[in-house]
Amino acid sequence: MSSTTTSNSIDQAKTNSGGKGVELQNAVIRFAGNSQDGIQTIGGLLARLAGRSAREVMTYMTIPATISGGPSIFQVHLGSGEVLSAGDESDFLFAFYQHSYDNHISSLRAGGICIYDSDEVKEIQADRNAVHVALPLTSTVVEVLGGSARDRGKNIFVLGLVTQMFKLDREKIVGLISKQFGGKSEDVLRNALLAFDAGYAYPIGNLLSEDFVMQEGRGAQVDKVTTDGNTALVMGLLAGGVRYGAAYPITPWSSIMEQLRTELPKYGGLLVQAEDELAAVSTAIGFAYSGHLAVTGSSGPGLSLKMEALSYATMAELPLVVVNVQRGGPSTGMPTSVEQSDLLQAIYGSHGDCPRIVLAPKNVADCFYIAVEACRLAKEYSCPVFILSDMALSSRIEAFEQPDLAEFVHEHPLDLSARDTSFKPYPLDGRTHHAPPGSVMQGEKYPVVTGLEHDEWGHPSANPANHQKMTDRRRDKIKACATTLPLPEVYGDESGDALLIGWGSTWGPIREAVGRLNESGKKVAAMHFRHLHPMPNGLEEVFARYKHVIVIEMNDEGLYGYGQFATLLRARYCDPKIVSVCKTDGLNYKVRDIVTRVEERIANS
Amino acid sequence: MSTTAEAPKRLTKKELTADHPTWCPGCGDFAVLAAFFKVIEKLQIPHEKICTLAGIGCSSRFPYFVNSHGVHFLHGRTLAFATGVSLSRPDLHVFAFGGDGDGYSIGGNHLDHIARKNVNLTYVVMDNFVYGLTKKQTSPTSPIGFKSKTDPTGAIDQPVNPMKKLVYGGATFVARTHAAQVKHMMDMFERAILHPGFSVVEVLSECVVFYPGAFDAANPRKGGEFETIDEKTGDGTPEDEARHDITDDVAAYRLAAQEFPGKFGVFYQAERPTKNDLEQKWIDASRAKTGNASAKDLLSARFDAMK
Repeated sequence: MSSTTTSNSIDQAKTNSGGKGVELQNAVIRFAGNSQDGIQTIGGLLARLAGRSAREVMTYMTIPATISGGPSIFQVHLGSGEVLSAGDESDFLFAFYQHSYDNHISSLRAGGICIYDSDEVKEIQADRNAVHVALPLTSTVVEVLGGSARDRGKNIFVLGLVTQMFKLDREKIVGLISKQFGGKSEDVLRNALLAFDAGYAYPIGNLLSEDFVMQEGRGAQVDKVTTDGNTALVMGLLAGGVRYGAAYPITPWSSIMEQLRTELPKYGGLLVQAEDELAAVSTAIGFAYSGHLAVTGSSGPGLSLKMEALSYATMAELPLVVVNVQRGGPSTGMPTSVEQSDLLQAIYGSHGDCPRIVLAPKNVADCFYIAVEACRLAKEYSCPVFILSDMALSSRIEAFEQPDLAEFVHEHPLDLSARDTSFKPYPLDGRTHHAPPGSVMQGEKYPVVTGLEHDEWGHPSANPANHQKMTDRRRDKIKACATTLPLPEVYGDESGDALLIGWGSTWGPIREAVGRLNESGKKVAAMHFRHLHPMPNGLEEVFARYKHVIVIEMNDEGLYGYGQFATLLRARYCDPKIVSVCKTDGLNYKVRDIVTRVEERIANS
Repeated sequence: MSTTAEAPKRLTKKELTADHPTWCPGCGDFAVLAAFFKVIEKLQIPHEKICTLAGIGCSSRFPYFVNSHGVHFLHGRTLAFATGVSLSRPDLHVFAFGGDGDGYSIGGNHLDHIARKNVNLTYVVMDNFVYGLTKKQTSPTSPIGFKSKTDPTGAIDQPVNPMKKLVYGGATFVARTHAAQVKHMMDMFERAILHPGFSVVEVLSECVVFYPGAFDAANPRKGGEFETIDEKTGDGTPEDEARHDITDDVAAYRLAAQEFPGKFGVFYQAERPTKNDLEQKWIDASRAKTGNASAKDLLSARFDAMK
């Protein structure tokens, strides 16, 4: 056992609390190993602990796009104050293998601590400004659990070690482990607790010159909900009144459909696994026609296949919630990487003039709220409503307060009341409220819902004036929706150098970047869009208060130098001061990247 | 809003008739529509519970000509759409209509899957061996040698055998009839409607414009022979041995292999649980397990588990 300690140590956000160890307000801990090591389990348990300790947490993980195996990381950002991003750099790195060390040592900040498995990592960069701690992880765990448990239990051992190092609440962690493994065989739980205790008791203090205490959370001591974006989205759909759905598996959408398949029957509903994406969207529209609120969803390529049917839903004016958990494209692209490159597809991807509503959640909790809102809008405007989530949000774990269910749970009972002779499914002076099959038509003429252009009664019509009127009608209802939307909050300076615009999962890093830019004397603010189409009205007055409007997106700048949302904003406002900061490397924005590129933008113009 | 208790009016062709069909004079589909009206009249299905769905094609205009709740959906996706209607609305009688292009070509995969899932509805295919609405291209059932705008020297691809496809796919009621044989067609429709599960009736329905005379070989008035399937009665007589056992899929397959025009009638019928019943069982069990909890309680409990 050797400990190679170089120069300085943890020096950021700390106060030396005399003998009790270094008190940390924030800690970014990265676990780097292989996907089969169960490092997601450690991360998940730490995140859940944070949710129970009034701390904030955000996680970030990468998983290989292979069936099993391959390098994987899980990063946990714990903080006693607001945590907005998963952290640009890590304060602590746990490296399980040589490749983990080689690939991730650069993510460790200067003076950070790297604990590595000395059974696996043979070459370290001793000249790096970091504290290196060698720990024979593999052999220690084999010794604790017996030979057969090789490769298993290392994760829980490390969790015990982390609990010890940061003086986390041991009792709560053990409770969470028992909950997680309790459903499996007794052996599994016993081994997990053995590994945990061994890690907890490991004399790591002898190897480190100081120990650490995580500052207590500042918030009230309420147990927070700790979960990932896909699960929050499922909860939102259920709360919003979705009772039926149909889908086809694709990463990273699949976990939504898996959960809906199990959950919906409890609510008296159903999710159908369809034979393909075309069938999935068609079955979902069949549910909608039958009078229910239904959902379909997918990821990029799957959405391409659904586009024809989605234009039918616009034409026939049927309500439908459509989820796209975006991933790196085009084509099969990078299935387990994050990207925001399906915005224009969501808005314009279908043939014909096909207006529909497009929303995007800003963080995990918002996956719940945006889903509830999507349900309400779909019913109110009787049209497809897109939710653009992404790979990062889908798997990222955050802790948030439980939504007020009294306010956010809605039911949409089937309305089979008889319709009188004045019934018109598509009134020129009102909204569509269909008469689902089973409704008695007192006028004795039954409605046929069609994808052909039709008149107010739903009867096919190729009359030129009628087509114009009906096109107006479908567009104007979406414009009417815009008038109900609030202006997004301006976070930061009310006027000044630059307004940073974002949408989707970049909310946290952009917000943190505003903080840093403000600290360095720049007058900037952020405005984050949850409603992308229609966008709210009145933006020009906000834009007028800033010298630059910089749109930050995870998509390509395209042929003309503007990202997808920037293109829309420029089309709407014709304002040359709207510019883009774009990237497509499949990774989340680092706060530092945003700060640097915004500074460049401001300096260069 | 009327919920009056007066006896429902008897449903007749008059109430069921909507727009005058836009089909060409002499089209076989007129007879299919007439036979459908007659069977509905006989079965007296409540008017508001009839749901007619179709895709794209000449025959897929069907819902406009029936005064019932109806849908004119996308090309090839009727059965996927109908799955949503059937599974979520057990109170309805769901009918899907379409042609050979809609059902066997662009929608061919959906047909296989709805068949294996045994979704409860009745599907009528008006097969004319040609694309009519788009004016004479080769269809999936066009015979080899058929001259069309896409095969000016004659079709070269082996056509789909609908009966084989349906039996193989797992449809639990598979029948074949001819639009010129109205009585036989009505009989097939009635048996299909009464069958619990996915029932299909393939109707040879002539396109008099783009493939005239296609089905003369099975039309006695045009010199052909309309040969029906002699079904086993189970009377124990030696003649019965030779008759067709509709529960035998291998026998159905053999029957389907006969040279055109082949036989007409029920090729195959099986009792198998419907997807509707299986899903409902799961829903009921899930609801019972929760003690019929409200949505709010269910969500609240799940959030608690995430703390």
